[in-house]
Amino acid sequence: MKNKSLISINDYTKEDYIKILNLAEEFEKNPTQDILKGKVIATLFFEPSTRTRLSFESAINRLGGRVIGFTDATSSSVSKGETLNDTIKTVANYCDLIVMRHPLEGSAKYASEVSSVPVINAGDGANQHPTQTLLDLYSIRKTQKTLDNLNLFLVGDLKYGRTVHSLLMAMSHFNTTFNFISPVELKMPNEYKIYLDNLGLKYYEHTDFTDIISRADVVYMTRVQRERFSDPMEYEKTKNTYILNNSMLVNTKPNMKILHPLPRVNEINVNVDENEKAYYFTQALNGVYTRQAILASILGLK
Amino acid sequence: MKDSKKLNVSAIKDGTVIDHIPAENLFKVLSILDLKSLKSKMTFGTNMESNKLGLKAIIKVSDKYFEDDEINKIALVAPEAKLNIINNYKVIEKKVVEIPNEVVGIVKCVNPKCITNNDEIVTRFNVVEKSKVALKCHYCEKITDQEHMKIIK
Repeated sequence: MKNKSLISINDYTKEDYIKILNLAEEFEKNPTQDILKGKVIATLFFEPSTRTRLSFESAINRLGGRVIGFTDATSSSVSKGETLNDTIKTVANYCDLIVMRHPLEGSAKYASEVSSVPVINAGDGANQHPTQTLLDLYSIRKTQKTLDNLNLFLVGDLKYGRTVHSLLMAMSHFNTTFNFISPVELKMPNEYKIYLDNLGLKYYEHTDFTDIISRADVVYMTRVQRERFSDPMEYEKTKNTYILNNSMLVNTKPNMKILHPLPRVNEINVNVDENEKAYYFTQALNGVYTRQAILASILGLK
Repeated sequence: MKDSKKLNVSAIKDGTVIDHIPAENLFKVLSILDLKSLKSKMTFGTNMESNKLGLKAIIKVSDKYFEDDEINKIALVAPEAKLNIINNYKVIEKKVVEIPNEVVGIVKCVNPKCITNNDEIVTRFNVVEKSKVALKCHYCEKITDQEHMKIIK
Protein backbone atom coordinates (compact mmCIF):
# COMPACT_ATOMS: atom_id res chain seq x y z
CA MET A 1 0.00 0.00 0.00
CA LYS A 2 3.11 2.16 0.15
CA ASN A 3 2.84 5.28 -2.02
CA LYS A 4 -0.54 4.16 -3.29
CA SER A 5 -3.44 6.59 -3.10
CA LEU A 6 -6.56 5.54 -1.18
CA ILE A 7 -9.54 6.76 -3.18
CA SER A 8 -12.20 4.09 -2.97
CA ILE A 9 -12.81 1.30 -0.45
CA ASN A 10 -12.46 -1.06 -3.43
CA ASP A 11 -8.79 -0.02 -3.79
CA TYR A 12 -8.01 -2.27 -0.82
CA THR A 13 -8.33 -6.03 -0.55
CA LYS A 14 -9.56 -7.94 2.47
CA GLU A 15 -5.92 -8.49 3.47
CA ASP A 16 -5.28 -4.74 3.22
CA TYR A 17 -8.23 -4.05 5.56
CA ILE A 18 -6.84 -6.49 8.12
CA LYS A 19 -3.39 -4.96 7.86
CA ILE A 20 -4.77 -1.46 8.53
CA LEU A 21 -6.92 -2.67 11.43
CA ASN A 22 -3.96 -4.44 13.06
CA LEU A 23 -1.87 -1.34 12.64
CA ALA A 24 -4.64 0.84 14.11
CA GLU A 25 -4.70 -1.46 17.11
CA GLU A 26 -1.00 -0.75 17.65
CA PHE A 27 -1.60 2.99 17.42
CA GLU A 28 -4.44 2.76 19.93
CA LYS A 29 -1.98 1.30 22.45
CA ASN A 30 0.59 3.96 21.64
CA PRO A 31 -1.05 6.93 19.89
CA THR A 32 1.69 9.48 20.51
CA GLN A 33 4.86 8.79 18.54
CA ASP A 34 7.15 10.78 16.32
CA ILE A 35 7.20 8.60 13.20
CA LEU A 36 5.87 11.46 11.04
CA LYS A 37 8.61 13.83 12.19
CA GLY A 38 9.85 15.85 9.22
CA LYS A 39 6.80 14.99 7.12
CA VAL A 40 4.43 17.62 5.79
CA ILE A 41 0.87 16.59 5.03
CA ALA A 42 -1.59 18.82 3.18
CA THR A 43 -5.24 18.75 4.21
CA LEU A 44 -7.20 20.31 1.37
CA PHE A 45 -10.82 20.78 2.35
CA PHE A 46 -12.69 22.23 -0.62
CA GLU A 47 -15.81 21.96 1.50
CA PRO A 48 -16.00 22.24 5.26
CA SER A 49 -15.95 19.17 7.50
CA THR A 50 -15.32 19.18 11.20
CA ARG A 51 -14.91 15.60 12.26
CA THR A 52 -12.94 14.22 9.35
CA ARG A 53 -10.49 17.11 9.12
CA LEU A 54 -9.86 17.38 12.86
CA SER A 55 -9.44 13.64 13.22
CA PHE A 56 -6.88 13.59 10.37
CA GLU A 57 -5.06 16.58 11.83
CA SER A 58 -5.10 15.04 15.29
CA ALA A 59 -3.70 11.79 13.84
CA ILE A 60 -0.90 13.71 12.08
CA ASN A 61 -0.07 15.93 15.06
CA ARG A 62 0.07 13.01 17.49
CA LEU A 63 2.62 11.33 15.21
CA GLY A 64 4.80 14.44 15.04
CA GLY A 65 3.97 15.49 11.46
CA ARG A 66 3.17 19.00 10.23
CA VAL A 67 -0.08 20.06 8.56
CA ILE A 68 -0.60 22.63 5.82
CA GLY A 69 -3.82 23.31 3.95
CA PHE A 70 -7.13 25.09 3.90
CA THR A 71 -10.50 24.44 5.51
CA ASP A 72 -12.81 25.64 2.77
CA ALA A 73 -12.49 26.61 -0.87
CA THR A 74 -13.13 30.33 -0.29
CA SER A 75 -9.78 30.67 1.47
CA SER A 76 -7.86 29.04 -1.41
CA SER A 77 -7.00 30.04 -4.97
CA VAL A 78 -9.97 27.94 -6.11
CA SER A 79 -12.02 31.08 -5.42
CA LYS A 80 -9.90 32.84 -8.07
CA GLY A 81 -10.88 30.18 -10.60
CA GLU A 82 -7.89 27.85 -10.37
CA THR A 83 -8.56 24.36 -11.70
CA LEU A 84 -8.26 21.29 -9.49
CA ASN A 85 -5.39 20.11 -11.69
CA ASP A 86 -3.36 23.25 -10.97
CA THR A 87 -4.11 23.32 -7.23
CA ILE A 88 -3.10 19.68 -6.80
CA LYS A 89 0.05 19.88 -8.93
CA THR A 90 1.17 22.94 -6.96
CA VAL A 91 0.40 21.62 -3.50
CA ALA A 92 2.05 18.28 -4.30
CA ASN A 93 5.34 20.22 -4.47
CA TYR A 94 4.96 21.28 -0.85
CA CYS A 95 4.07 18.05 0.91
CA ASP A 96 4.54 14.27 1.25
CA LEU A 97 0.87 13.37 1.08
CA ILE A 98 -2.45 15.04 0.30
CA VAL A 99 -5.67 14.48 2.22
CA MET A 100 -8.58 16.00 0.36
CA ARG A 101 -12.32 16.50 0.58
CA HIS A 102 -14.17 17.92 -2.39
CA PRO A 103 -17.88 18.34 -3.19
CA LEU A 104 -17.55 16.91 -6.72
CA GLU A 105 -17.62 13.15 -7.30
CA GLY A 106 -14.52 11.63 -8.84
CA SER A 107 -12.40 14.64 -7.82
CA ALA A 108 -10.13 12.56 -5.58
CA LYS A 109 -9.52 9.96 -8.29
CA TYR A 110 -8.60 12.70 -10.71
CA ALA A 111 -6.34 14.39 -8.13
CA SER A 112 -4.51 11.09 -7.57
CA GLU A 113 -3.79 10.92 -11.31
CA VAL A 114 -2.21 14.37 -11.53
CA SER A 115 -0.51 14.43 -8.12
CA SER A 116 3.13 13.44 -7.65
CA VAL A 117 2.41 12.40 -4.03
CA PRO A 118 -0.22 9.94 -2.77
CA VAL A 119 -3.77 11.19 -2.17
CA ILE A 120 -6.19 10.07 0.53
CA ASN A 121 -9.83 10.70 -0.29
CA ALA A 122 -11.57 12.25 2.72
CA GLY A 123 -14.90 12.34 0.87
CA ASP A 124 -15.77 13.20 -2.74
CA GLY A 125 -19.39 14.31 -2.79
CA ALA A 126 -21.75 11.37 -2.38
CA ASN A 127 -19.23 8.94 -3.84
CA GLN A 128 -16.54 7.54 -1.51
CA HIS A 129 -15.16 8.10 1.98
CA PRO A 130 -12.89 5.10 2.50
CA THR A 131 -11.27 6.16 5.78
CA GLN A 132 -14.75 6.29 7.34
CA THR A 133 -15.35 2.72 6.22
CA LEU A 134 -12.04 1.55 7.66
CA LEU A 135 -12.78 3.16 11.02
CA ASP A 136 -16.22 1.53 10.93
CA LEU A 137 -14.57 -1.85 10.34
CA TYR A 138 -12.16 -1.15 13.19
CA SER A 139 -15.04 -0.28 15.51
CA ILE A 140 -16.97 -3.40 14.53
CA ARG A 141 -13.99 -5.69 15.02
CA LYS A 142 -13.08 -4.07 18.32
CA THR A 143 -16.55 -4.41 19.81
CA GLN A 144 -17.38 -7.84 18.37
CA LYS A 145 -13.87 -9.33 18.57
CA THR A 146 -14.36 -10.52 14.99
CA LEU A 147 -15.59 -9.34 11.59
CA ASP A 148 -16.90 -12.75 10.55
CA ASN A 149 -20.51 -13.98 10.45
CA LEU A 150 -22.09 -10.90 12.02
CA ASN A 151 -25.65 -9.69 11.72
CA LEU A 152 -25.42 -6.07 10.60
CA PHE A 153 -28.41 -3.71 10.70
CA LEU A 154 -28.17 -0.70 8.42
CA VAL A 155 -30.81 1.86 9.37
CA GLY A 156 -32.07 5.10 7.82
CA ASP A 157 -31.21 6.54 4.42
CA LEU A 158 -29.90 3.55 2.52
CA LYS A 159 -30.44 5.08 -0.90
CA TYR A 160 -28.13 8.08 -0.74
CA GLY A 161 -25.91 7.17 2.22
CA ARG A 162 -22.38 6.66 0.92
CA THR A 163 -21.18 5.31 4.28
CA VAL A 164 -23.65 2.43 4.24
CA HIS A 165 -22.80 1.54 0.64
CA SER A 166 -19.06 1.41 1.33
CA LEU A 167 -19.61 -0.47 4.57
CA LEU A 168 -21.73 -3.03 2.73
CA MET A 169 -18.99 -3.53 0.13
CA ALA A 170 -16.32 -3.94 2.82
CA MET A 171 -18.36 -6.25 5.08
CA SER A 172 -19.31 -8.45 2.13
CA HIS A 173 -15.86 -10.07 2.55
CA PHE A 174 -16.81 -11.43 5.96
CA ASN A 175 -19.95 -13.54 5.46
CA THR A 176 -22.16 -10.83 6.95
CA THR A 177 -25.95 -11.12 7.17
CA PHE A 178 -27.46 -7.76 6.28
CA ASN A 179 -30.71 -6.25 7.50
CA PHE A 180 -31.76 -3.12 5.64
CA ILE A 181 -34.18 -0.89 7.54
CA SER A 182 -35.39 2.18 5.67
CA PRO A 183 -38.43 4.04 4.39
CA VAL A 184 -39.60 2.67 1.03
CA GLU A 185 -38.39 5.83 -0.72
CA LEU A 186 -34.87 5.40 0.63
CA LYS A 187 -34.37 1.66 0.05
CA MET A 188 -30.98 0.10 -0.65
CA PRO A 189 -30.35 0.48 -4.42
CA ASN A 190 -30.70 -2.67 -6.53
CA GLU A 191 -27.09 -2.71 -7.66
CA TYR A 192 -26.00 -3.49 -4.08
CA LYS A 193 -28.61 -6.21 -3.69
CA ILE A 194 -27.49 -7.79 -6.97
CA TYR A 195 -23.90 -7.60 -5.71
CA LEU A 196 -24.86 -9.51 -2.54
CA ASP A 197 -26.94 -12.01 -4.54
CA ASN A 198 -23.92 -12.80 -6.68
CA LEU A 199 -21.87 -13.47 -3.56
CA GLY A 200 -24.63 -15.65 -2.08
CA LEU A 201 -24.93 -13.41 0.99
CA LYS A 202 -28.20 -13.07 2.89
CA TYR A 203 -30.03 -9.79 3.24
CA TYR A 204 -33.48 -8.80 4.47
CA GLU A 205 -35.41 -5.59 3.91
CA HIS A 206 -37.67 -4.02 6.50
CA THR A 207 -39.47 -0.74 7.05
CA ASP A 208 -39.38 -0.99 10.85
CA PHE A 209 -36.96 -2.62 13.27
CA THR A 210 -38.57 -2.55 16.73
CA ASP A 211 -39.45 -6.26 16.54
CA ILE A 212 -36.22 -7.55 15.06
CA ILE A 213 -33.52 -5.47 16.75
CA SER A 214 -32.90 -8.33 19.23
CA ARG A 215 -31.11 -10.22 16.43
CA ALA A 216 -28.57 -7.50 15.71
CA ASP A 217 -24.86 -7.63 16.50
CA VAL A 218 -24.27 -4.15 15.14
CA VAL A 219 -26.85 -1.43 14.46
CA TYR A 220 -25.48 1.21 12.10
CA MET A 221 -27.69 4.29 12.24
CA THR A 222 -27.78 7.07 9.62
CA ARG A 223 -29.64 10.30 9.27
CA VAL A 224 -32.95 10.45 7.38
CA GLN A 225 -33.08 13.90 5.81
CA ARG A 226 -36.35 15.60 5.05
CA GLU A 227 -35.10 16.90 1.70
CA ARG A 228 -34.64 13.34 0.40
CA PHE A 229 -38.41 12.82 0.28
CA SER A 230 -40.40 13.78 -2.79
CA ASP A 231 -43.55 13.70 -0.65
CA PRO A 232 -43.29 15.64 2.64
CA MET A 233 -46.28 13.71 4.01
CA GLU A 234 -44.31 10.52 3.63
CA TYR A 235 -41.49 12.03 5.69
CA GLU A 236 -43.84 13.08 8.47
CA LYS A 237 -45.41 9.61 8.56
CA THR A 238 -42.16 7.70 8.72
CA LYS A 239 -39.66 9.96 10.49
CA ASN A 240 -40.24 8.54 13.97
CA THR A 241 -39.82 4.94 12.79
CA TYR A 242 -36.09 5.44 12.42
CA ILE A 243 -35.38 7.00 15.79
CA LEU A 244 -33.59 4.81 18.27
CA ASN A 245 -34.44 5.19 21.95
CA ASN A 246 -33.44 3.38 25.12
CA SER A 247 -36.62 1.34 25.48
CA MET A 248 -35.89 -0.43 22.18
CA LEU A 249 -32.60 -1.76 23.52
CA VAL A 250 -34.02 -3.83 26.39
CA ASN A 251 -33.97 -7.22 24.70
CA THR A 252 -30.95 -6.72 22.48
CA LYS A 253 -27.92 -9.02 22.52
CA PRO A 254 -25.29 -8.29 25.21
CA ASN A 255 -22.61 -7.77 22.54
CA MET A 256 -24.78 -5.42 20.46
CA LYS A 257 -23.34 -2.00 19.71
CA ILE A 258 -24.80 1.11 18.09
CA LEU A 259 -22.68 2.90 15.51
CA HIS A 260 -23.29 6.16 13.69
CA PRO A 261 -20.95 8.06 11.33
CA LEU A 262 -22.09 11.36 12.98
CA PRO A 263 -23.21 14.11 12.94
CA ARG A 264 -26.38 12.93 14.61
CA VAL A 265 -29.51 15.04 14.51
CA ASN A 266 -32.36 13.26 16.26
CA GLU A 267 -32.18 9.69 14.97
CA ILE A 268 -30.62 8.49 18.21
CA ASN A 269 -32.35 9.83 21.29
CA VAL A 270 -29.87 11.43 23.72
CA ASN A 271 -31.11 9.01 26.40
CA VAL A 272 -29.23 6.28 24.50
CA ASP A 273 -25.88 8.03 24.98
CA GLU A 274 -25.45 6.69 28.52
CA ASN A 275 -26.37 3.15 27.48
CA GLU A 276 -23.34 0.85 27.36
CA LYS A 277 -24.43 -0.22 23.89
CA ALA A 278 -23.91 3.29 22.52
CA TYR A 279 -20.56 3.32 20.75
CA TYR A 280 -20.67 6.26 18.32
CA PHE A 281 -18.42 8.64 20.23
CA THR A 282 -15.75 5.98 20.73
CA GLN A 283 -16.18 5.18 17.03
CA ALA A 284 -15.18 8.80 16.28
CA LEU A 285 -12.10 8.38 18.48
CA ASN A 286 -11.21 5.19 16.58
CA GLY A 287 -11.05 7.41 13.51
CA VAL A 288 -7.80 8.87 14.82
CA TYR A 289 -6.08 5.47 15.22
CA THR A 290 -7.37 4.21 11.90
CA ARG A 291 -6.15 7.34 10.10
CA GLN A 292 -2.78 7.05 11.83
CA ALA A 293 -2.57 3.50 10.46
CA ILE A 294 -3.53 4.61 6.94
CA LEU A 295 -1.03 7.51 6.92
CA ALA A 296 1.80 5.36 8.25
CA SER A 297 1.08 2.59 5.78
CA ILE A 298 0.92 4.86 2.71
CA LEU A 299 4.05 6.75 3.75
CA GLY A 300 5.79 3.39 4.13
CA LEU A 301 6.59 3.95 7.79
CA LYS A 302 4.88 0.79 9.05
CA MET B 1 -27.62 6.16 -70.85
CA LYS B 2 -31.32 5.81 -70.00
CA ASP B 3 -30.85 5.88 -66.27
CA SER B 4 -29.01 9.19 -66.29
CA LYS B 5 -31.02 10.73 -63.41
CA LYS B 6 -29.91 8.06 -60.94
CA LEU B 7 -27.81 9.48 -58.13
CA ASN B 8 -24.27 8.43 -58.58
CA VAL B 9 -23.12 6.86 -55.31
CA SER B 10 -20.50 4.91 -57.03
CA ALA B 11 -18.34 2.14 -55.75
CA ILE B 12 -14.96 3.15 -54.39
CA LYS B 13 -11.68 1.81 -55.67
CA ASP B 14 -9.84 1.53 -52.35
CA GLY B 15 -11.05 2.31 -48.87
CA THR B 16 -13.77 1.47 -46.36
CA VAL B 17 -17.55 1.25 -46.55
CA ILE B 18 -19.39 1.48 -43.25
CA ASP B 19 -22.89 0.13 -43.65
CA HIS B 20 -25.87 -0.45 -41.33
CA ILE B 21 -25.52 2.74 -39.33
CA PRO B 22 -28.84 3.79 -37.75
CA ALA B 23 -29.86 6.87 -39.81
CA GLU B 24 -30.38 9.06 -36.74
CA ASN B 25 -26.80 8.42 -35.64
CA LEU B 26 -24.97 9.17 -38.90
CA PHE B 27 -23.71 12.53 -37.72
CA LYS B 28 -22.57 11.09 -34.39
CA VAL B 29 -20.56 8.49 -36.27
CA LEU B 30 -19.00 11.17 -38.46
CA SER B 31 -17.96 13.16 -35.42
CA ILE B 32 -16.68 10.17 -33.43
CA LEU B 33 -14.46 9.18 -36.37
CA ASP B 34 -13.52 12.84 -36.84
CA LEU B 35 -14.08 12.50 -40.59
CA LYS B 36 -14.30 16.24 -41.13
CA SER B 37 -10.54 16.54 -40.71
CA LEU B 38 -9.90 13.84 -43.31
CA LYS B 39 -9.02 14.93 -46.85
CA SER B 40 -10.13 11.74 -48.60
CA LYS B 41 -13.10 11.53 -50.96
CA MET B 42 -16.20 10.56 -49.01
CA THR B 43 -19.81 9.77 -49.76
CA PHE B 44 -22.60 9.65 -47.19
CA GLY B 45 -26.06 8.30 -47.70
CA THR B 46 -28.82 8.41 -45.15
CA ASN B 47 -32.50 7.59 -44.58
CA MET B 48 -32.18 4.57 -46.81
CA GLU B 49 -34.58 1.65 -46.26
CA SER B 50 -33.18 -1.24 -44.30
CA ASN B 51 -35.00 -4.40 -43.30
CA LYS B 52 -32.98 -4.60 -40.15
CA LEU B 53 -32.78 -1.01 -38.93
CA GLY B 54 -35.76 0.76 -40.45
CA LEU B 55 -33.74 3.63 -41.85
CA LYS B 56 -30.04 3.27 -42.24
CA ALA B 57 -27.06 5.35 -43.25
CA ILE B 58 -23.92 4.42 -45.12
CA ILE B 59 -20.45 6.02 -45.32
CA LYS B 60 -17.87 5.40 -48.03
CA VAL B 61 -14.36 6.69 -47.45
CA SER B 62 -11.68 6.39 -50.10
CA ASP B 63 -8.12 5.45 -49.23
CA LYS B 64 -8.83 5.07 -45.55
CA TYR B 65 -8.50 1.95 -43.44
CA PHE B 66 -9.50 2.24 -39.78
CA GLU B 67 -7.64 0.70 -36.88
CA ASP B 68 -9.84 -1.60 -34.76
CA ASP B 69 -9.53 0.72 -31.74
CA GLU B 70 -10.65 3.64 -33.84
CA ILE B 71 -13.61 1.98 -35.50
CA ASN B 72 -14.83 0.20 -32.36
CA LYS B 73 -15.66 3.60 -30.86
CA ILE B 74 -18.69 3.82 -33.14
CA ALA B 75 -20.15 0.63 -31.64
CA LEU B 76 -21.75 2.80 -28.94
CA VAL B 77 -24.03 4.50 -31.51
CA ALA B 78 -23.96 1.95 -34.34
CA PRO B 79 -23.69 -1.49 -32.74
CA GLU B 80 -24.84 -3.26 -35.94
CA ALA B 81 -22.39 -1.47 -38.23
CA LYS B 82 -20.65 -3.60 -40.88
CA LEU B 83 -17.40 -2.68 -42.53
CA ASN B 84 -16.36 -3.63 -46.04
CA ILE B 85 -12.71 -3.17 -46.76
CA ILE B 86 -12.29 -2.41 -50.45
CA ASN B 87 -9.24 -2.99 -52.56
CA ASN B 88 -9.33 -2.40 -56.30
CA TYR B 89 -13.17 -2.35 -56.32
CA LYS B 90 -13.34 -5.70 -54.55
CA VAL B 91 -14.42 -6.42 -50.98
CA ILE B 92 -11.37 -8.09 -49.54
CA GLU B 93 -12.55 -8.20 -45.92
CA LYS B 94 -15.75 -7.79 -43.90
CA LYS B 95 -15.70 -6.68 -40.30
CA VAL B 96 -18.19 -6.04 -37.52
CA VAL B 97 -17.69 -3.52 -34.75
CA GLU B 98 -17.27 -4.52 -31.15
CA ILE B 99 -17.89 -2.43 -28.06
CA PRO B 100 -14.51 -1.75 -26.44
CA ASN B 101 -13.74 -2.42 -22.75
CA GLU B 102 -12.89 1.19 -22.15
CA VAL B 103 -14.45 4.33 -23.60
CA VAL B 104 -12.32 7.47 -23.50
CA GLY B 105 -13.46 10.98 -24.35
CA ILE B 106 -16.58 10.14 -26.38
CA VAL B 107 -19.40 10.01 -23.87
CA LYS B 108 -20.52 12.54 -21.26
CA CYS B 109 -20.99 11.26 -17.69
CA VAL B 110 -24.65 11.31 -16.66
CA ASN B 111 -23.80 12.56 -13.15
CA PRO B 112 -23.97 16.39 -13.00
CA LYS B 113 -21.83 16.30 -9.84
CA CYS B 114 -19.05 14.34 -11.58
CA ILE B 115 -15.72 16.17 -11.76
CA THR B 116 -15.63 15.57 -15.55
CA ASN B 117 -18.73 17.75 -15.96
CA ASN B 118 -17.23 20.58 -13.94
CA ASP B 119 -13.57 20.74 -14.96
CA GLU B 120 -11.80 20.32 -18.29
CA ILE B 121 -11.21 16.57 -17.89
CA VAL B 122 -11.39 13.87 -20.54
CA THR B 123 -14.11 11.36 -19.60
CA ARG B 124 -13.22 7.71 -19.07
CA PHE B 125 -15.55 4.76 -18.59
CA ASN B 126 -15.24 1.06 -18.05
CA VAL B 127 -17.81 -0.83 -20.07
CA VAL B 128 -19.59 -2.97 -17.48
CA GLU B 129 -22.24 -4.32 -19.85
CA LYS B 130 -22.02 -4.67 -23.60
CA SER B 131 -25.39 -6.03 -24.75
CA LYS B 132 -27.36 -3.15 -23.24
CA VAL B 133 -24.51 -0.68 -22.99
CA ALA B 134 -23.69 0.39 -19.42
CA LEU B 135 -20.65 2.57 -18.75
CA LYS B 136 -19.15 3.02 -15.31
CA CYS B 137 -17.39 6.33 -14.83
CA HIS B 138 -13.73 5.88 -13.95
CA TYR B 139 -13.96 8.97 -11.73
CA CYS B 140 -17.33 9.17 -9.96
CA GLU B 141 -18.22 5.44 -10.34
CA LYS B 142 -21.76 6.22 -11.52
CA ILE B 143 -23.32 4.23 -14.37
CA THR B 144 -24.30 5.92 -17.62
CA ASP B 145 -26.72 3.67 -19.53
CA GLN B 146 -27.67 3.63 -23.21
CA GLU B 147 -30.80 5.67 -22.62
CA HIS B 148 -28.87 8.54 -21.00
CA MET B 149 -25.77 8.37 -23.14
CA LYS B 150 -24.74 11.70 -24.68
CA ILE B 151 -21.94 11.91 -27.22
CA ILE B 152 -19.59 14.78 -26.43
CA LYS B 153 -18.26 15.83 -29.82
